[in-house]
Amino acid sequence: MENLTHLPKLPSIGSIRKLPPNAKREFRNGMGFLSPWIIGFLAFTFLPTIATLIFTFLNLKITDGLFSPLKFVGLDNWITLAKDNTIWNARPNSSPGALWITIRFGLLALPVGILVPLGIAVLMNSPHLKARNIFRTLFYMPYIIPFVASVFLWAGVLNPETGWINQILVALGVPKGSLPGWANDIHWVYPAYILFGIWGIGNAFLTMLAGIQGVPTELYDAAKVDGAGGFASFWNVTFPMISPVIFYNLILSVVGLFQYFLVPLAFNLGTGDPGGATMFLNLKIYKTFFLFQNMSYGSTLAWMLFLVILIVTIVLFSTARYWVYYASERSN
Amino acid sequence: MNAIPAIRWQKLKKQSSSFFVTGFAVLLLAAFLMPFLYMLFTSVKTFTQMTAANSPIWPAANPTYVYQGQNKATYTFTVNKAGFPVQQVVNMNDFIGKTLQIYSVPLADGSHKNLALLLGYNKSSIFLDPQHPAAAPIVWTGFFKALPRPWTLSPTWSNFLAVWNDINYPRVLGNTFFYAITTTIGVLISCTVVAFGFSRFRFPGRDLLFVVMIATLFLPATVTIIPTFTFFVKIHWVGTWLPLIVPTFFANPYDTFLLRQYFMTLPRELDEAAMMDGASPLRILWSVILPQSWPVIVAVTVFHVVYAWNDYFGPLIYLSTNMNSQPVSVALARFNGIYGQQPQLIQAGALMTLIIPLILFFLAQRFFVQGIVITGVEK
Repeated sequence: MENLTHLPKLPSIGSIRKLPPNAKREFRNGMGFLSPWIIGFLAFTFLPTIATLIFTFLNLKITDGLFSPLKFVGLDNWITLAKDNTIWNARPNSSPGALWITIRFGLLALPVGILVPLGIAVLMNSPHLKARNIFRTLFYMPYIIPFVASVFLWAGVLNPETGWINQILVALGVPKGSLPGWANDIHWVYPAYILFGIWGIGNAFLTMLAGIQGVPTELYDAAKVDGAGGFASFWNVTFPMISPVIFYNLILSVVGLFQYFLVPLAFNLGTGDPGGATMFLNLKIYKTFFLFQNMSYGSTLAWMLFLVILIVTIVLFSTARYWVYYASERSN
Repeated sequence: MNAIPAIRWQKLKKQSSSFFVTGFAVLLLAAFLMPFLYMLFTSVKTFTQMTAANSPIWPAANPTYVYQGQNKATYTFTVNKAGFPVQQVVNMNDFIGKTLQIYSVPLADGSHKNLALLLGYNKSSIFLDPQHPAAAPIVWTGFFKALPRPWTLSPTWSNFLAVWNDINYPRVLGNTFFYAITTTIGVLISCTVVAFGFSRFRFPGRDLLFVVMIATLFLPATVTIIPTFTFFVKIHWVGTWLPLIVPTFFANPYDTFLLRQYFMTLPRELDEAAMMDGASPLRILWSVILPQSWPVIVAVTVFHVVYAWNDYFGPLIYLSTNMNSQPVSVALARFNGIYGQQPQLIQAGALMTLIIPLILFFLAQRFFVQGIVITGVEK
């Protein structure tokens, strides 16, 4: 298994001239084959990222000509951001800021996004389960449904009046007055989004299942000899052995949750309704740029998001050494 | 002494565990897939059923009865139309070939019977028993509109036709296929070339570039979208397919990683032999590597076709001004904006959108699963 936490030692590119002719040809050919990615990386990733940073120091409008003179405004956009209550506000009983909304929702959704696929993977690995390939296929299936279609399915099921979920609740005896309003209800919109999110567990549960199936059976036998029961052998054998897969999914989930915006865009039309609870940070960026056409402030928010994700990712990677087990590393 | 019962007990225990575990999984799966059933049922319901109170959850219609004229007699009944009794003449010949509505009518003995309405008034109505059409009509006292109506299973297919015509499904489907095929070609060409570069050449800087490529998987798209979109506006590409297709010819990290992992597992002896024979690297990729790699090529193809099919945000921002070029995802969202109050049409549209990726997934699920496992477990 490759190790994301430790980058390999790299020779510097400056040493190429000293290479023998054979190695020079290898370098030319190799770089030739990599060139589509290198060009694409520069054109669609690296330069736009730098351009976004430069935009934060300018006052740009999308209507400006490509070569019209640039108006530098220094740190104005960053100062506006620092004072922007719609981003930072975290005081209770006032409309929350976009960053706080994103973090609050992320803290609710992240455990579900890790534990539900883990639970299903453990269930799929049970020796008592019949027809497990069928189950595996069907639990994965919603992942390949077009996003827009799955939003419509869930919007239908979660409809407060006609949706099946509330009809089931009524059948279970929940009084009509206290039924959840789901996506239209400020208290139920996050649970509604999280329920919808469970349909996206496909990749996470398949990778976790593959991880669990890859655990050598001798380890379980050894744990049994030591008197470990079902939970103890999961906690002491399965979990450490699949911790790299969990870590990979954790990073992907965190990065994904900070960029969360397509669901509120599709479910609540990007209005931030109900009660501003769904004005996620990335949705705010989208609206700042695409709706209000404010390029410079949109760029500032985008870079802020980038920095937040970078910091959180670095923090997570730095915790990895305490709980993520890399077999190759320990055996050295 | 009790060896046989012990074995039986073991077997019984094993069977009951598999019964409970599998049963639990079935329940979980049923809850998990419930929205599918909702979609299937709703997409074949009528608007009448959607708006009717107390209608069943399965697709159903109120049954009707067409009177064939088994009884041609004329009757005179005393009925209470609006509070006082009047004489009403019923000539059965008037009802031949008429479609009659069926109501569930409470009878004097306490039972309910499905009867066909001949004439209905505020205080009483005249019904025909469809099971005995030759018998005399029955007078019932009460307001017929307050009577429950029976529902019988009756899927309707017209919702699909409505969606087909309204979003111009053939064109939308053509657009989606075009988008999926051109971008898949772009991905296959560029990613195999780059993956070959990462897996078969040793040179300084290669591993750094690989790490950079993997790191871009975690880069938020938001940080690149503003200049990229603005640039495409300035060169007049917005409203065309170009911003969606051209970047796919420059290799994405996900599929490149998948292909590179697979290429790494192929033995080098064959390409070394080809190199001895003077084959160029491109020739080795084409004639030696690719023929051995079809499982991963299929996986990448299916991944990308499904991805392109489902892509919503890209076409939304680049094609929102050009209705004629929109793929099915964007067209469906637009359709929802118009028919949001008619769930049966929305669910029919959703079904028509997801059916093709669903079929593709079931056909290619083996490759799908392998591909995901390679990318997820090996990182």
